[in-house]
Amino acid sequence: MAFLHAAGSKVSSLKEKRSLLPYLLLAPGIIWLFTFFVLPIANLARTSTQTPTANGDTGSYEQTYRFANYIDAFLENKEQFSRSFIYAFLATVLALAIAYPLAYGIAFKSGKYKNLLLVLVVAPFFTSFLLRTIAWKQILGEEGPVIAILRGIHIIGDNTSLTASAFAVVTGMTYNFLPFMTLPLYASLERIDPRTMEAAGDLYANAFTTFRKVTVPLSMPGVVAGTLLTFIPAAGDYVNAAILGNPNTKMLGNVIESRFFKIVDYPTAAALSFTLMAAILILVTIYIRKAGTEELV
Amino acid sequence: MADASSSTRGDLRIVDVTKSFGDFTAVDDLTLTIPEGSFFALLGPSGCGKTTTLRMIAGLEEPTQGSIHIGNTDITHTRPYQRPVNTVFQNYALFPHLSIFENIAFGLRRRGIKDVKEAVDKVLNLVELPHLAQRKPVQLSGGQQQRIALARAIVNRPALLLLDEPLGALDLKLRRQMQIELKWIQTEVGITFVHVTHDQEEAMTMADTIAVMNEGKVEQMGTPADLYDNPKTAFVANFLGQSNLIEGRIDGNDGDNFVVDVFGQKIKINKNRSHAKDSSVLAGVRPEKIRIQPAGTAMSGNVLTGGVISDASYIGVSTQYQVEMPWKQELMVFEQNDEGGQPLEKGDAVTLSWEPVFTFALDGREDAFAGSEVHADEQ
Repeated sequence: MAFLHAAGSKVSSLKEKRSLLPYLLLAPGIIWLFTFFVLPIANLARTSTQTPTANGDTGSYEQTYRFANYIDAFLENKEQFSRSFIYAFLATVLALAIAYPLAYGIAFKSGKYKNLLLVLVVAPFFTSFLLRTIAWKQILGEEGPVIAILRGIHIIGDNTSLTASAFAVVTGMTYNFLPFMTLPLYASLERIDPRTMEAAGDLYANAFTTFRKVTVPLSMPGVVAGTLLTFIPAAGDYVNAAILGNPNTKMLGNVIESRFFKIVDYPTAAALSFTLMAAILILVTIYIRKAGTEELV
Repeated sequence: MADASSSTRGDLRIVDVTKSFGDFTAVDDLTLTIPEGSFFALLGPSGCGKTTTLRMIAGLEEPTQGSIHIGNTDITHTRPYQRPVNTVFQNYALFPHLSIFENIAFGLRRRGIKDVKEAVDKVLNLVELPHLAQRKPVQLSGGQQQRIALARAIVNRPALLLLDEPLGALDLKLRRQMQIELKWIQTEVGITFVHVTHDQEEAMTMADTIAVMNEGKVEQMGTPADLYDNPKTAFVANFLGQSNLIEGRIDGNDGDNFVVDVFGQKIKINKNRSHAKDSSVLAGVRPEKIRIQPAGTAMSGNVLTGGVISDASYIGVSTQYQVEMPWKQELMVFEQNDEGGQPLEKGDAVTLSWEPVFTFALDGREDAFAGSEVHADEQ
């Protein structure tokens, strides 16, 4: 009996150890997220309702739970706010238009060059984001090839330039986020069984109908993932607007950056950050609901 | 857009079709007529060109040479969606994003038919799965998906239905059941079925006519019984069931029969069942046609003496014997266990006999093992 009892308790302690294992595996991630995400977010939330201290020192604030900070911050920056979403939307649409044929070509038509092409898609990541954006400035600049060609075929006049414009900001963002669009698109196109496309042809669908009725719906998980991976960082981006834009192309990211680091207006910067986050979250939720791709993912 | 329901009807004719991929000739100067309304099987090992043939009929591959016709219409260079042909794909290729109803309605909608409900319901009833209309393909079992793939094709009433190894992914029991069901459905709808398979049993169960393909050519075409009882080549003799092929020489005539000398013993072969080109032959007989008795028993018909049982395995309905003959060849004998008495054992001396009508003769220069290795690979 004693032996049985001992064996029983051994089993139960083993079980306990096993039930702890998932938590042990999760611990590093949880600690990381807590330290570098939850705490700073909580801190940011606290900052967002502070007001300047009575003594008027720059950068010194006290907690007064002034939620009107949010309204003030939003009203002051409505223009940059909407610009952020318009630019991000344009860059996402452009990136999708460029990436879909690219990913389709790599997935179905590239043959033995498939891996090489995939490496080329990722290749820009080997240089820094900042350098690439500065290079884009050169490409669009007065001495660059783009402007020469566009002027040559009279698309733009001699006095129009491309840099320091909304055009440059949007194309810069499109370029920078293109791999984030291409890779998930490629992954979901690649997963499509080519026989389903053959089956569509067999069932009286021509090439275009097959694309519309079979290929596109089956690649929706990739479209959703790609557009989110492009839109979310693009909406919060400030590097492209800072390097390629002018004072009239400022995005919300630029405002937050200058409030934090130049004006040291922490509460407004924090309130704007939260408003941006909330807006993105709401848009993304609506988008995913509308796309309805849950069962395909 | 092709009106699959009426315009193009008739026999399928494949005329002098060759298909090459680079240096490799997948289909080699194939000519074949498949009568309207028949259940036709293209049978052969993998790589024999049967799937390529099917894909050319479907329009998924273009012949390098030759032409394909349905009735009087040349369809060689038309696009797949312009042909009155539908395919049941290997692994079914159902559209994962569409419901079962929409999968089946796909072809009807593409042809601009507005009211699809009646046709879809009817075909769902035919495959006995009306309750699954609103499900998605992933929610169905393999057997159910198979039936939906069939329904999705036949709802269009094509002139020709192509089946590419349709039962390959199912387990044995389900496969047997589906074989009977497919045959029944074909009779019911009266559409020409062209069925590609490497499974000889599947082909024999379902098809009216079988074309046995090997290396891009048709080895022999005929009814299942024809092919089994009177194979023309060693490949067919070995690929369709099992055969004993014994080297011999034609030694004389006896009425309708040739007298053939096999290692000193004489057997008879009906002249109609001889495909020999000269006096050198391979005399063939199926294992289950042979009777086996202890040595010294008087026997009639074609008799071979001097055998010794080298292996006997009892498998319920029959016993399979390997008998070593004086010329060192092992012959197979399947004996029904319907007589009782003392079973024969390994080492027993035996005499073999069979009725001359069961003998066939092949060209003596053929490889006696052609088709038997591929069989072992695939089964």
